[in-house]
Amino acid sequence: MSLEIIESCVNCYACEPLCPNEAIYQASPHFLIDPDKCTECIGDYDAAQCSSICPIEGAILDELGVELNPPGSLTGISMEMLTKYQAAVEATYQAALAAKSG
Amino acid sequence: MDLPVINSSSEGAAGGGCDSHSCGSTDDQLDHLPEHIRAKVHNHPCYSEQAHHYFARMHVAVAPACNIQCHYCNRKYDCSNESRPGVVSEVLTPEQAVKKVMAVAANIPQMTVLGIAGPGDPLANPERTFATFRELSEKAPDIKLCVSTNGLALPDSVEELSKHNIDHVTITINCVDPDVGAKIYPWIFWNNKRIMGREGAAILIEQQQKGLEMLTARGILVKVNSVMIPGVNDEHLAEVSRVVKSKGAFLHNVMPLIAEPEHGTFYGLMGQASPTAEELQKLQDACSGDMNMMRHCRQCRADAVGLLGEDRGQEFTMDKIEDMEIDYPAAMVKRAEVHAQIAKELEEKDNKARASKAELVSIQSLKPDAPVTRPVLMAVSTKGGGVINEHFGHAHEFLVYEASGNGVRFIGHRKTTAFCEGGSSCGDGESALDETLRVLKGCEVVLSAKIGFEPWAPLEAAGIQPNGEHAMEPIEEAIAAVYAEMIAAGKLDAQPEQQQKVA
Repeated sequence: MSLEIIESCVNCYACEPLCPNEAIYQASPHFLIDPDKCTECIGDYDAAQCSSICPIEGAILDELGVELNPPGSLTGISMEMLTKYQAAVEATYQAALAAKSG
Repeated sequence: MDLPVINSSSEGAAGGGCDSHSCGSTDDQLDHLPEHIRAKVHNHPCYSEQAHHYFARMHVAVAPACNIQCHYCNRKYDCSNESRPGVVSEVLTPEQAVKKVMAVAANIPQMTVLGIAGPGDPLANPERTFATFRELSEKAPDIKLCVSTNGLALPDSVEELSKHNIDHVTITINCVDPDVGAKIYPWIFWNNKRIMGREGAAILIEQQQKGLEMLTARGILVKVNSVMIPGVNDEHLAEVSRVVKSKGAFLHNVMPLIAEPEHGTFYGLMGQASPTAEELQKLQDACSGDMNMMRHCRQCRADAVGLLGEDRGQEFTMDKIEDMEIDYPAAMVKRAEVHAQIAKELEEKDNKARASKAELVSIQSLKPDAPVTRPVLMAVSTKGGGVINEHFGHAHEFLVYEASGNGVRFIGHRKTTAFCEGGSSCGDGESALDETLRVLKGCEVVLSAKIGFEPWAPLEAAGIQPNGEHAMEPIEEAIAAVYAEMIAAGKLDAQPEQQQKVA
């Protein structure tokens, strides 16, 4: 029984000091949870501490691989808005490329 | 005629509202403060408008964790080409931060202030933040330390902050009403739980106000930052200003929301509007009857280095710092010399301003029936030092001043793309010159060290007179001189239409 941090982690350190089991450690390219130490905070807190402070939706999974903070749950940004965001990022990138070559 | 720089906040403030005396806050902004407080802020670029032309600041990004989410922030962001709060290129360990600060202090002796401002919340990273402060107060005692926080963890940190001789704390307070807060803060992390919506906002507000009172009770200077979000808290911020002033905050900095879709923030993606320069100025003026306002904030990055408005962070990346040999005791001697030189220069400037003010008062008392001339906004390009020393085409921002019969007061800065770096006008894109003309809306004169032939005619056509005759002159003196010329030429006889245009 253990939670898992995946690649969308932005290395903000917020979870690391909160873990009652010191199961979270800094690693490259992102923080990781030692599955032998993680108890999902059962017995210590009502909700797992790492996923309660994590600002990145989808970065922490439960033992079944389910996202503890699904898209839109933390930022209020819907999937539709996210698609728009990706388009805007792409447009900015293409404009920068065009400016470089032009 | 030599016009003085207005001592804005010290006079007429009792009148409230926005008479010409109470709303400005230029270099005499600090006159009404007790001597011990002035001594703390005279060389702090983020607390004194005058100081920001001469003294530099730096932020070290040692605090990546945050305990709240704001709708104008995207925690995924990391880009060296973006200049706004919360954005950094590399997070430093406290050891790296101390090394960087000493390297910058030795190379930029004008750097007087080290702030920790993120990219998360410094007080949500107490170990990393306080380790940095502890080390610096020992190794570099000539650097002022300050911190910027959302306030949630502030009451628990006040004791520790006062131990490290931290004189300046900035709290970002966007609201004092939880209903407004619910539209800005989707959640907070509090007592081991994530608390959503209004309930979280209410706790945050309570902690901010408590922290503010605890700090001012200890004599620690507090600046309050507020992000102006049209339709969300714009009408509410005048009340915020009143409340924080009554609790002892000494400066209020209302900043415009930054929200673009490509930032990936909630507000950016929602299409939430940012305020225009005019809307911002109107709100700052409305708040200024109650509060000393800051108007020169550049909303800098959590790893910015240099004068406000410039960022020399790329000169001090960790790989470059590793190779630098820093003799700090020697650097401290040089820094003291540079600071003394600037202090001398500022004192001379102040004496001159006082003398010309006395002169104006005597002229006015001789001619009580002299016609009242309308105020004029003028833009200036400068690289710092309080003089007009930047070419029009190189300017990434313009400082805007208002000249009137009462003198010259600083209004704010307006960012643009430098004309010489922008592409020419083609397709749907706005050219750099179009952008500059747009941001200078309302200004009637632009003063630069030099203005090229190409922008000259479009500026005139937009009703903005280009002026390159005051290169290297002190800003306020040059503006006063141009205003006097405009009076002499009969351009300022009060005309209701024109008054509206510049209001």
